[in-house]
Amino acid sequence: MHPAPSLIAFTTLSGVGFGLLALVGLGAGPNAVGFGWAACTVAGALCVTGLLCSTLHLGRPDRAWRALSQWRSSWLSREGVLAIATLAVFALYALTWLFGTGRSAVLGVLMSSLSVATVYATGMIYGQLKTVPTWSCPWTPWKFLALGLSSGSLVLLALIGFAGERGILSTFLATAALALAAVVVFNWKSSAAKADLASVGATPEEATGLGHIGRVRLLESPHSSPNYLMKEMVYKVARHRAKSLARVALIAGLVVPAVLLVLAFPIGGGFVVFVAALCHVVGILALRWAFFAEAKHAVSSYY
Amino acid sequence: MTMLPETPSVKLGLVIDLDTCVGCHACAVNCKSWNTGGYGAPLSDLDAYGSNPDGSWLNRIHTFEVTPDEGKAQLVHFPKSCLHCDDAPCVTVCPTGASYKRAEDGIVLVNEDHCMGCGLCAWACPYGARELDGDAGVMKKCTLCVDRIYNENLPEEDREPACVRACPARARHFGDLADPNSAVSKLVAERGGMDLMPGQGTKPVNKYLPPRPRRESNTGATAAGAVTAERPPNPEGGILGWLDRALESLG
Ligand code: SF4
Ligand code: SF4
Ligand code: SF4
Repeated sequence: MHPAPSLIAFTTLSGVGFGLLALVGLGAGPNAVGFGWAACTVAGALCVTGLLCSTLHLGRPDRAWRALSQWRSSWLSREGVLAIATLAVFALYALTWLFGTGRSAVLGVLMSSLSVATVYATGMIYGQLKTVPTWSCPWTPWKFLALGLSSGSLVLLALIGFAGERGILSTFLATAALALAAVVVFNWKSSAAKADLASVGATPEEATGLGHIGRVRLLESPHSSPNYLMKEMVYKVARHRAKSLARVALIAGLVVPAVLLVLAFPIGGGFVVFVAALCHVVGILALRWAFFAEAKHAVSSYY
Repeated sequence: MTMLPETPSVKLGLVIDLDTCVGCHACAVNCKSWNTGGYGAPLSDLDAYGSNPDGSWLNRIHTFEVTPDEGKAQLVHFPKSCLHCDDAPCVTVCPTGASYKRAEDGIVLVNEDHCMGCGLCAWACPYGARELDGDAGVMKKCTLCVDRIYNENLPEEDREPACVRACPARARHFGDLADPNSAVSKLVAERGGMDLMPGQGTKPVNKYLPPRPRRESNTGATAAGAVTAERPPNPEGGILGWLDRALESLG
């Protein structure tokens, strides 16, 4: 599949943002209004930027509001509805925290659950597609959730550090989240490795129905230059970069943040963790790029 | 509405005969022609005279080589447009409700005034039957020529899809596949009409008729012999006969 920058940015940034909101909603971080401002601004900016990036992918962005109507059947629609509901609760939560009576546990838990549901829905936009075997595996939404949690908890820890606190509990949380993300990504990778076009009934033989006669291969393409389908779904350019992408994901996304987290214990402070969070996000970007670029679509059996 | 209707009692669709399709692209050209001037936004043609022509087509013809374990490979021309699936995943994924399947005749359509061009339906279709129009920013797909088949301003014989009307080999047939007595249903029953990618669970309405088995006499020594057989002796005598034979010997 074509790795569209708008979608890579959307899924990554909104993952961090909603991950951060989920943790803040559960009461993570100090209750001080100063920290509140920092956390709410950063989380809000990440979520909103992510969602705006997603509209860059549309042929008619002016009609994006229509996407809220089909929540009964469409995961994309559900994602939109959930994201807006989360942001609405978030607005209330932030207002009461920063200008009113302090952090509301009820609003917080509601915001937290809605954030998790939103990221799950983002994962299911891809997880629902039977046409792309590496996406339709059951680990896909969990991968989105685990990476949202790990990146959110690293950003949270950095903000706590900048606020001058140590956050022992949050450090443990971030370390555990990083480990969990590594496990989930590894499981996703090994199940994706088994998922080929044959596993979803989409070999050239099944695509043409001619398997009873023999092996099928394309002799002549229906058009002389690439069409929408080829550019969007039979995209091959980045597949040979798979190895280097995996290395970036492993080193920037896992090894460096883990080392920095350990270092942050004695050194303390937000800056080291901030660098860890940045590295982790770069790792996620590489993973997401590979998630799109390496995915094979059923229609490639016709090409 | 993005939910699928109950199984429609009429299922209009196409039956495509892979045995007779000659790969001439007439159906694709007439489809493009009709649908550029008809329903919805015209089918785009970007850089039509440049080095990178690009555009939307609703129907495309692939050519495959099929190689059996033993014997010669076979060519199969393979026209492909929307299959108007019963369990159309392109419809249920659509977030705007622009994609829908008609309850009355099972035709899958896009409301181009509501489509936001997210492309998710094209991702969900396993057959590559949808293309985003690079000009209008909306999704394009085969309409089963809904603006021809019910059009009372057209002469009766023209009230069938443009691709069916254009096919010189009569490889495309149109009709109601829910009615077991329709001509298309009989054809499917007779010729073993099949679904593409049944494992995807889309339950296509359109059916494909497989190529008929090849005749043995077409292969091997007989065919080769026919090609190299000696010409019958020239019946012509006299000067003209001599001239003819002389020219022949000169090669
Ligand atoms: S062929 Fe593709 S576009 Fe047509 S109904 Fe089936 S899934 Fe939808
Ligand atoms: S491209 Fe249009 S028709 Fe297709 S899913 Fe998106 S909004 Fe629906
Ligand atoms: S039915 Fe009409 S729109 Fe569909 S492929 Fe044929 S000519 Fe094109």
